[in-house]
Amino acid sequence: MSEPKIKVTNLTAAYGDFVIMRELNFEIQRAEVFVIMGGSGCGKSTLLKYLTGLKTPAPGKGSIYYDGKNFNTASANNRRKLMQRFGVLFQGGALWSSMTLAENVSLPLEEFTDLRPREIREVVSFKLSLVGLKGFEDFYPSDISGGMRKRAGLARAMALDPDVLFFDEPTAGLDPLSAKRLDDLILELRNSLGTTIVVVTHELASIFAIADNALFLDATSRRQLAVGNPLELREHSEFENVRTFLNRGASSFKAD
Amino acid sequence: MVKSESSQQPAVLNFHNEKDGRLTLELQGAWVLGASRPSVGLVEQQIKAVSPGTLCFDCGALQHWNTGLLLFIDQCNCLATKYSVELEDRGLPDGVRCLMAMAKAVPEHENEGEGPIERSLFYKVGSRSIRIVDAANEVFIFIGEAITALARFAVGKARFRWADLWYTVQQCGAEALPIVALISFLVGLIMAFVGAVQLQQFGASIYVADLVGLAMVREMGVMMTGVIMCGRTGAAFAAQLGTMKVNEEIDALRTMGLSPMEFLVLPRLLALFFMLPLLVLFANFVGIIGGLVVSLSMLDITFNQYVNQIIQAIDLVNFSTGLIKSVVFGGIVAGSGCLRGMQCGNSSAAVGVAATSAVVTGITVLIIADAVFAVIFNILQI
Repeated sequence: MSEPKIKVTNLTAAYGDFVIMRELNFEIQRAEVFVIMGGSGCGKSTLLKYLTGLKTPAPGKGSIYYDGKNFNTASANNRRKLMQRFGVLFQGGALWSSMTLAENVSLPLEEFTDLRPREIREVVSFKLSLVGLKGFEDFYPSDISGGMRKRAGLARAMALDPDVLFFDEPTAGLDPLSAKRLDDLILELRNSLGTTIVVVTHELASIFAIADNALFLDATSRRQLAVGNPLELREHSEFENVRTFLNRGASSFKAD
Repeated sequence: MVKSESSQQPAVLNFHNEKDGRLTLELQGAWVLGASRPSVGLVEQQIKAVSPGTLCFDCGALQHWNTGLLLFIDQCNCLATKYSVELEDRGLPDGVRCLMAMAKAVPEHENEGEGPIERSLFYKVGSRSIRIVDAANEVFIFIGEAITALARFAVGKARFRWADLWYTVQQCGAEALPIVALISFLVGLIMAFVGAVQLQQFGASIYVADLVGLAMVREMGVMMTGVIMCGRTGAAFAAQLGTMKVNEEIDALRTMGLSPMEFLVLPRLLALFFMLPLLVLFANFVGIIGGLVVSLSMLDITFNQYVNQIIQAIDLVNFSTGLIKSVVFGGIVAGSGCLRGMQCGNSSAAVGVAATSAVVTGITVLIIADAVFAVIFNILQI
């Protein structure tokens, strides 16, 4: 197996002294769709903050490697360079509210590429059309619905054709058709551009549709319970929690 | 909803002791919230009196129920656990049984060590001191990062949108003119008025011009403008940045490898650095006009006399002290606004706190800085 795109070793996730997860160990392969799942409040989004570099592990509390390079000990400059290769879709879209959708998507292009304004405009409307928002270039985030904001956030995250895309609950709050379209888009990005994709979600339909591998976090023990293909985990996981979760509670009745 | 039904009987609770140690609670009438219901204390008394082995329910004559009944059953549950009595729920309506089962399905969350723990005095003093040091650290880090950002701007390496800078310049420059004009005019007017009454007694009313001119140029113009901008623009900066933090917009910048310091704070700092001196110039001018209005209308001073006296009174040194201060004050107002905005927590209430604390910090630091300047100028004898 080639070198993993992202490798997490012995990571402890915490807010100050309050430990949320400990002893996290997993690898995310290149061009893989990796799902982080678990019940509400188990620290999925916090783990994502560590992976995207918004939070740094305390010294001795684990490391995160990208392409074999330690992300945490890298110089500020190298870190920034690595982060420019990320695309992140936040839960609420996190669009910059003082800018139009087009300006939101074009900002990373203006800052990090030498494209001419006309090319940037073309890229922007193409990315917006990928998420079904063509024609909304001059709208402000406050003028559109929550689901549209999320899709616009995705267009922004994809603007630079990133190596790694992080999604924080991408399909939550979307109607079934938009959710399906988004899942298709995630798979297509992986297949065509070879993007490594990390998704935080607990939507089972999405998990089974897109995930190659999944990490299950357990809120009570504050540890990772299982890593593997969700379909296999559903049938053969040694942990009842995991099977119950993936069966939407069905197996707990079987066990009774 | 149920109250209006006149056919409803009041809730009644009867006890039936049976020989095999069973205590049956017979529930009659309507057990609804808002209507009077027998208290669970009766059950406790009864349990104490007969110490039964099992608690049963008979709901044959129960008419109507809602959460009122559920609360009662829940309390009975607690009693049953407390006195180790078995509780048999067979007699309850199906709906009640299902809802009670659902309420108990997920065990209560245990707050590990989060409860109010009594700490020793040393702990309290220590943790308070650590917090103060941490807060001071944050301020120094912010100042350091702001200076770095300014330095990167000076060598042309800072990344931010020029559109943001121009927009902020408009917001805290041109759009602040009316309020600055109004306040400065009134301050000039008031000072001239108060001075005129005193100076007239000595026949020295021409010195009203000196009074108004010097006070405006050295102190009042820059101070009033600083305070106005703190309340107007400092609070706005804190609220803007705070809301961006709540919406994860600042995180979005960070993950993109863009520094929020350069992208958000720098344009705001620059805008106030450039705009506050201009506003102060304007305020000085309008304040002096305020003095002129009083001089012309109340005192026998002509326009020419006033203007000549002003020109004599205010030299370049006096004039520049106010302008030097204004640049620093601009940094203070923008800095405190942005600092509190960046420190904002993750809720809408935190945005309000950030805006309040931006104004308080800003005005406090302004006054302190003004005092420091007064001492420095005194030592330099200007």
